[in-house]
Amino acid sequence: MSKPLLQFTNKGIYCDPAGVYLDPWRPVDKALITHGHADHSRWGHKKYITHHDNVPIITHRLGDINVSGIAHGENLIINNVKFSFHPAGHIPGSCQIRVEHKGEVWVFTGDYKTESDGISTPYQPIKCDTFITECTFGLPAFKWQPQSQVMDDVNNWCAQNHADGKTSILFAYSLGKAQRLIKHLDTSQMKIYCHGAVYKMTEVLRQLIDFPPTYLITRDTTKEEIAGNIVIAPPSAHGSAWMRKMVPYVTASASGWMTFRGARRRRAMDKGFVLSDHCDWDGLLESIDATGCENVITTHGYQEIFARYLREEKSLNAISERTQYEGETNDESSQEDTSNNGIHSAQASSSGSSSNLAP
Amino acid sequence: MKQFANLIRTIDGTNKTTLKVEALADYFKTAPDQDKLWTIAILSHRRPKRPVNTTLMREWATDISGIPMWLFEESYHIVGDLAETIALILPTINESSDKSLTTIIQELIELRKKDEIEKKAYLQENWLKLNYYERFCFNKIMTGGFRIGVSQKLMTRALSQATGIDKDILAHKLMGSWTGENTSFQELIYEDNEVAMRGKPYPFYLAYAIENEVEDLGNVTTWSAEHKWDGIRSQTIIRSDELFVWSRGEELVTDKYPEFQAFLGKIPNGTVIDGEILPYKNGEILNFNDLQKRIGRKTIGKKLLEDVPVIIMAYDLLEWQGKDIRNKPFQERRALLEQLLMDLNQRKGGINSAQTSTSSSSSLPIMLSETMTFDSWNDMAVERSLSRKRKSEGLMLKRKDSPYLVGRKKGDWWKWKVDPLTIDAVLTYAMRGHGRRSNLFTDYTFGLWQDGELVTFAKAYSGLTDAEFKKIDAWIKKNTLERFGPVRSVTPHHVFEIAFEGIAPSKRHKSGVATRFPRIVRWRLDKPMEEANTLDDLKALIPKDGS
Repeated sequence: MSKPLLQFTNKGIYCDPAGVYLDPWRPVDKALITHGHADHSRWGHKKYITHHDNVPIITHRLGDINVSGIAHGENLIINNVKFSFHPAGHIPGSCQIRVEHKGEVWVFTGDYKTESDGISTPYQPIKCDTFITECTFGLPAFKWQPQSQVMDDVNNWCAQNHADGKTSILFAYSLGKAQRLIKHLDTSQMKIYCHGAVYKMTEVLRQLIDFPPTYLITRDTTKEEIAGNIVIAPPSAHGSAWMRKMVPYVTASASGWMTFRGARRRRAMDKGFVLSDHCDWDGLLESIDATGCENVITTHGYQEIFARYLREEKSLNAISERTQYEGETNDESSQEDTSNNGIHSAQASSSGSSSNLAP
Repeated sequence: MKQFANLIRTIDGTNKTTLKVEALADYFKTAPDQDKLWTIAILSHRRPKRPVNTTLMREWATDISGIPMWLFEESYHIVGDLAETIALILPTINESSDKSLTTIIQELIELRKKDEIEKKAYLQENWLKLNYYERFCFNKIMTGGFRIGVSQKLMTRALSQATGIDKDILAHKLMGSWTGENTSFQELIYEDNEVAMRGKPYPFYLAYAIENEVEDLGNVTTWSAEHKWDGIRSQTIIRSDELFVWSRGEELVTDKYPEFQAFLGKIPNGTVIDGEILPYKNGEILNFNDLQKRIGRKTIGKKLLEDVPVIIMAYDLLEWQGKDIRNKPFQERRALLEQLLMDLNQRKGGINSAQTSTSSSSSLPIMLSETMTFDSWNDMAVERSLSRKRKSEGLMLKRKDSPYLVGRKKGDWWKWKVDPLTIDAVLTYAMRGHGRRSNLFTDYTFGLWQDGELVTFAKAYSGLTDAEFKKIDAWIKKNTLERFGPVRSVTPHHVFEIAFEGIAPSKRHKSGVATRFPRIVRWRLDKPMEEANTLDDLKALIPKDGS
């Protein structure tokens, strides 16, 4: 039997005939990158190839790297293998990678969601034989409400806090979720103040997307300025001394994990909004259906449960593979660039270790 | 249901006590009386008997959701709450029901009498008419244990705010065997109904453990010490020729201890005694394990009565000659209690003494828990060190002039328990937790060495910080050997120090040993698993009889 077109190795997903890796987690010569989150675009590769929109994001995070951009649907042929990038709708710039060789088509989703969020190019299903799908929220308990409805709740909550003379602190990943909130927050009465990590990433994304004005919280920002407004910060800032300037405040987290009462209570937040940049259960099933695939490889998430469901209920050849992607972590510190400049130092991350590279 | 679901959503959405009390007080001011009554009933674990068992609820919910049963079970293990899992997997709807909480509960009570087809139709129909939070509450009422971070104390506080009635008085009114079906809000809260109050216990006064040095309590002679017996804390009520025995968990247990019927006619009406139910035979206190044999039983056979007879070890007198004497100083209450027991003793038959057996018809199954006064804290410490030998958990310190307060209060009473026994054991199995620990592996099983193998000896799920749980959880997910439904076996590696209060031989345990209240003291990252204790080390901790 011939080797599969894409293999799961200890360095990442490997395409043997082309000699390239997809979102590798250890340093390699040539890496095709789906999107800018830290667990998918790691430090230390000799060459990065990704969608044009990801170039500024990844260089912002990783500094001086050798990266080239490619357009949606543009063919990249390496050793007779045809690669192309297609929108994944996860965060701005996020893509699925289509791989074709000798008439066989594989698609690797990276992270994706089916709902259009107003800042990312919407997800497009791609026909394929084998579909490598994340399943961070691959349980029937996860069902998202439409974004408009969630954002109404968020805006009502902020308005109520404003009326009560309190500052609303929203915790969200500094790349993706933060900008999704910023884009849809009602700024008619309130200003949006940002933690440094969020602010800088938003500035980077302004090249691609229109956002309402945001204000960086610096040492000179006064308590009075912030009072009653909205603050966006990465989850790792929760509970830090940095929050003192916002007193009196109320806190909220926006994440798919907020579905669970246990997670909401554990988080010690005043409010949890169920808002995710990943597919919910129905989104995953619809996407798989739309690819027309015969084989499914489930990665990060409830991959074993999900693969079993696809085998038994959908008659697909589904297996699960272990990766080092984290999806939307149920933990507060991962996947975040919270250092002031958002750039990893080579020292901190070039060791080639397989651990999560977030500081 | 809307208003109740909103209340639960608000309580659920905050971890600030003041906001919870505010939300509850607001509810108690605005909700219809009958809904208020049911809310109090539900929050004090007086929900009506469930009309449908949980197996059927799971089946019927998966039925509408179109998912296989195994996937429901997997989801349940991860969500950690059955009512929540069902609410989540059902199709999302944006409707909301106009039925009141009372209507829903009455329908559920009626449903008990119906057949399975009607039950199924009712549940499935209503699930699809309720929004997420209403659905969650609806399920929770059926699946029981409405634990949502509202203690009885907190609820009483809110009710006090809403009604203006003193919270200690309310606490007393809320005790006893009332249900949402046999009383009204008006009757329960505002009326002084003699019949309703007849079997009602007083709220128990509970002590905190001493936090600092015992010397900080000041002059030792102002304190009365007694042993903290290891049985079931209880209140024995004799009023109008009727006996009521309540456990501290507010369960009426009169029928489980028929030997106490002997008090009627001997102990005068209008008497309430605070004491410990203890297994006691041939002049000796038995192990708590023995008592456990009686706790779970619905019917108490003759053999069990003979094997494990019980007595009341009397601590305090709360009511005497029909008067509530909780505000009298402890010393005065004790004097009355001692007089009462002495009078019983002098009467024909007498009370139980160390020499007579409880099975003798002539003695009453009640004893006085001896109080002691010491000249120095040191002498008291010596007595405390003998606790295990005396089969007690340590000492109770009560200020001699203290009133009998309501609930857990600091200051006048303190627990001074013996230091727990500890042993180092290896983590062998893990299970996902519930509630705020759902989706995290926080329930652990521990083993001790015997002949090169780890033998399970205890389960524990408390004692670590959230950060430690998170770390162990991540480790468990990477080091799983096998899965058995919600349980995983893990590579033996990590050593934990486990503390427990008591230890006794047991035939029901694989290890041959039963430990009382095991919990984790610390994660011994410094210890390799080979250095964990052996089962023999554990057995050596069992107190020798007669020593």
